[in-house]
Amino acid sequence: MKKKGEMKKVKKVKGKVHDGEHDDPWWSLVQNGIKPSFLCISIFALLVRVAVGLHPYSGANTPPKFGDYEAQRHWMEITLNLQPKDWYRNSSVNDLSYWGLDYPPLTAYQSYIHGVFLKTFDPDSVALFTSGGYESYIGKLLMRWTVLSSDVLVFFPASLYFVFVYSIRLGTGRNSDVAWHISMVLLNPCLILIDHGHFQYNCISLGLTMAAIAAVLSQKDLVASVLYCLALNHKQMSAYFAPAFFSYLLGKCLKNKNPLVDLAKLGLMVIGTFAVVWWPYLQSKEAALTVISRLAPFERGIYEDYVANFWCTSSVLVKWKKLYTTQSSRIFSLTATLLTCLPSMVQQVLVPSRKGFLYALLNSSFSFYLFSYQVHEKSILLPLLPLALLALEERRSLLWLTHFAMFSMLPLLHRDKLILPYMAIYTLFILVYFAPDGPGARCNGSKTLDHSPKKTRRGMEFISFIAFHPFVMGFLGLCSLILHVIYLTMHPPNRYPFLFEAVIMLICFSQFVLFTLYFNSKQWMLSKHVTSQDKQKLI
Amino acid sequence: MELRESPRSPAGVKQLFWFFGIATTVKLLLIPAYHSTDLEVHRHWLAIAHSLPLSQWYYDETSEWTLDYPPFFAYFERFLSIFANLIDPRIVHLHHGLNYKADSAIYFQRISVIISDLFLLYGVHISTRNLASLKRYLVWVFVIWSPGLLIVDHLHFQYNGFLFGWLLLSISFIAQGRDLMGGFLFAVLLCFKHLFAVAAPVYFVYLLRHYCRGGLVRGFARLSVLGAVVVAVFAAAYGPFVYYGQIQQVIRRMFPFGRGLCHAYWAPNFWVFYIMLDKGIAFLLRKFGFNIPAPVASFTGGLVGDASPFAVLPQITPMTTFIMVLLALSPCLFKTWRDPRPRLIARSVAYAYTCGFLFGWHVHEKASLHISIPLALVAVESLEDAKHFFLLSVVSCYSLFPLLFEAQEYPIKVLLLLLHTILMWFCFCTLFPKNSKGSSRTSAVEQWFKLGWVAKSYLLGVVVVEIWGQFLHPYLLGDKLPFLPLMLISMYCAIGILYSWIWQLKRIIMLS
Repeated sequence: MKKKGEMKKVKKVKGKVHDGEHDDPWWSLVQNGIKPSFLCISIFALLVRVAVGLHPYSGANTPPKFGDYEAQRHWMEITLNLQPKDWYRNSSVNDLSYWGLDYPPLTAYQSYIHGVFLKTFDPDSVALFTSGGYESYIGKLLMRWTVLSSDVLVFFPASLYFVFVYSIRLGTGRNSDVAWHISMVLLNPCLILIDHGHFQYNCISLGLTMAAIAAVLSQKDLVASVLYCLALNHKQMSAYFAPAFFSYLLGKCLKNKNPLVDLAKLGLMVIGTFAVVWWPYLQSKEAALTVISRLAPFERGIYEDYVANFWCTSSVLVKWKKLYTTQSSRIFSLTATLLTCLPSMVQQVLVPSRKGFLYALLNSSFSFYLFSYQVHEKSILLPLLPLALLALEERRSLLWLTHFAMFSMLPLLHRDKLILPYMAIYTLFILVYFAPDGPGARCNGSKTLDHSPKKTRRGMEFISFIAFHPFVMGFLGLCSLILHVIYLTMHPPNRYPFLFEAVIMLICFSQFVLFTLYFNSKQWMLSKHVTSQDKQKLI
Repeated sequence: MELRESPRSPAGVKQLFWFFGIATTVKLLLIPAYHSTDLEVHRHWLAIAHSLPLSQWYYDETSEWTLDYPPFFAYFERFLSIFANLIDPRIVHLHHGLNYKADSAIYFQRISVIISDLFLLYGVHISTRNLASLKRYLVWVFVIWSPGLLIVDHLHFQYNGFLFGWLLLSISFIAQGRDLMGGFLFAVLLCFKHLFAVAAPVYFVYLLRHYCRGGLVRGFARLSVLGAVVVAVFAAAYGPFVYYGQIQQVIRRMFPFGRGLCHAYWAPNFWVFYIMLDKGIAFLLRKFGFNIPAPVASFTGGLVGDASPFAVLPQITPMTTFIMVLLALSPCLFKTWRDPRPRLIARSVAYAYTCGFLFGWHVHEKASLHISIPLALVAVESLEDAKHFFLLSVVSCYSLFPLLFEAQEYPIKVLLLLLHTILMWFCFCTLFPKNSKGSSRTSAVEQWFKLGWVAKSYLLGVVVVEIWGQFLHPYLLGDKLPFLPLMLISMYCAIGILYSWIWQLKRIIMLS
């Protein structure tokens, strides 16, 4: 029954073509429904990904440690040639100090499958021992194709699923909005650069998370919990979203007649998924603990490089790494993360709503990015996902934060020699964002808060006043533009070799904090006026 | 209802730049991709134009890539070399620059192509500014996002986009009735790349009958003006070489007839059938016991010399091909003579290039762009044109596939063609929708965009040929008959181009 209702809604959405849209270039595509535009946009997104893949990967030609590319290749080599029980164990055949496997088992299985693929076409690239630091034309190609195929198999269908569900449940019904939304999700410059340039498989864990979010939006909570557990088992970083999932599902269960039964069902699903994925390591306690200890590399310190989060930025003033032991800084970061997550969690437990859930995802992932332990520059991808999902709500924030997310990764991408794709794909994003007559081009200053009620709170008003003040935005935009030029053309003074990185970090941090406050307050504003509507919708 | 904006509305220009910007970002991303020896050819021309005096440009033999484009292109290279010298002097060094593959050289040359495409943008803008907005978008999609141009210019490496800008500009001026300007631009274009000269007879007849009309005196006066303009353009280009007494050398370099009838990879034209027929007859005769000596030069070997490559059928000379092109062109010339109409010029020019492509001497597969780019302007005029363009555009792009033979670019070319096909399909479906209100007058005839089963199965055949060449052939036959996949591609595409030729001929004769 539910499905039929949804189908009808899809048709309704398709049917809504306004006559006034004749002048819109999107129109020629979206007029035929959402599917054709999704087809075109996804082929284009794929083309862009292939083109980015032509560029170098992290650690190309840099022995002895190379980079993430070598790590992924090494994992394929290990998983292909060793028994599962040896994957996470240091042994004579598996030297964990050289890119030892430190992601959960699903990544290991994925590496195994990709290893089989590589072995059939280029056996040398995954040969045990001898393939260390293997680099070749065909090897690079095959590795790039493994990322592309994961993208096509996981991320693309997930985004289609999400955008369909979103357009039915929360959308405006304009087809050009849907097309724009799809392209904002698929053409996220940061994700493309990290996955297809730098070399990682974020598309899998983010795709699974997105599918889980879509499942939540369409009321399939059990499916959602399975999908989210899979995401968590692909990359432990997916835990950034855990507070939001937890609190929304908990809040929803509490609203039902039999909260305990529902909770038990969800719990069973979670435990079952974990049990399946972790099966090879559940034979003994010791095996499981070995894997777990690999997943939490506390010895690496509270932050790495120059990431724009609280610990790294404040280390300019307070030397966290010297002052405190690993043990105490771990407790600090855990408390700080949980405390900053708390408001959005409480909101979702009290008033679970779909839109609120999306904001909660954004808030909890930003809290984790800003305050959790051992955060990497690349972790900004996680907050960017819910932001892209909220693209139609948060148009200006999307543009602004994507800009600073890209900016915060500039030093990393510069090291990888990915400046040309950085510029090209950033321009592409801006162009697509401002597509003629698309939602991005239509939004202007007065419309940013169009969904908020008239009686906004003072605090909220103040934050959005600062965040969206034209003068502040103009000034920061100009600053970051100039810093781009300086960073790429000039050498830092000898006394402060990391001066530019530090300045970039400071600017990005200030924006991330500001917008975390803004999104938190926005989430709380939501409960004020959505409550009654959403209650009806939920039931 | 047709929505018309004012010709120079800023919104229209902004949107045009949006389309161009999207294409530019993709072009920038493609910079590190495979490039052919044409990159080195053009780099060497930069070096020739920069390091040598004008009098030695067409004599230099430092590299095997001698300058074989007309003088304006050489001047253009001279202009580019100023900037190249600023960026990295080694790019323009005659000897040290040979086979120079540093990032600076590749980036400079790639970006120079991207920037010169601004001229294409201008040409497209001028030629579409009077169209209704939806049709305008469609033409932009076909020209600015043309996968063929992207493959040839930004992967293989050439400066075609810039030259097509001139061609479109010239066509649109003629279509607007500004004949002198159109003729002038075409003359300039000829001095950039002489391959465009195939359309010269059409231009000549058209200008003679359309521009130089209105009585004997007035006609003669106009003819003199036109002649003066053309002579002035050619004098600007070739004057210095005439002055140095080198004109023969320039001509010899520009027309290297020793290169043979077909290129290493056969362009999908009429001669493919001729060669196949020759091989078939020779095979049959040998079966029947005749002693047929194998030809000295073989087409499949790649290198083609002066010796006759045919076993049975008569030898083809440049003269034969020239006469055949003119013969094929004559109906169109006759029609233009009888009734020179501005609206038909794009069709006639495209038809001329089709004839040149089908019957010409040493035709390169890249020349199929000469057909599809001008036809993009008329593709939006009617349903039949749209159907024809759809087919032709796919075939023309697919025939360029052998240019990119490395594994790395394989997904790129496939995705480009796929995206283009799907975009075209939806664009035409929008332009000619199923429930169109305008179809009431001919309700019996189906008015919306759809392909017949012949066209559909032909396009499906493209997929089959590609799968055979890429996967089944290496799997089933291994290293045997290595030329077969390429031969199949050119045979298959030749059928499509031949169909397009007949269709265009019919269209030109029927349109009145």
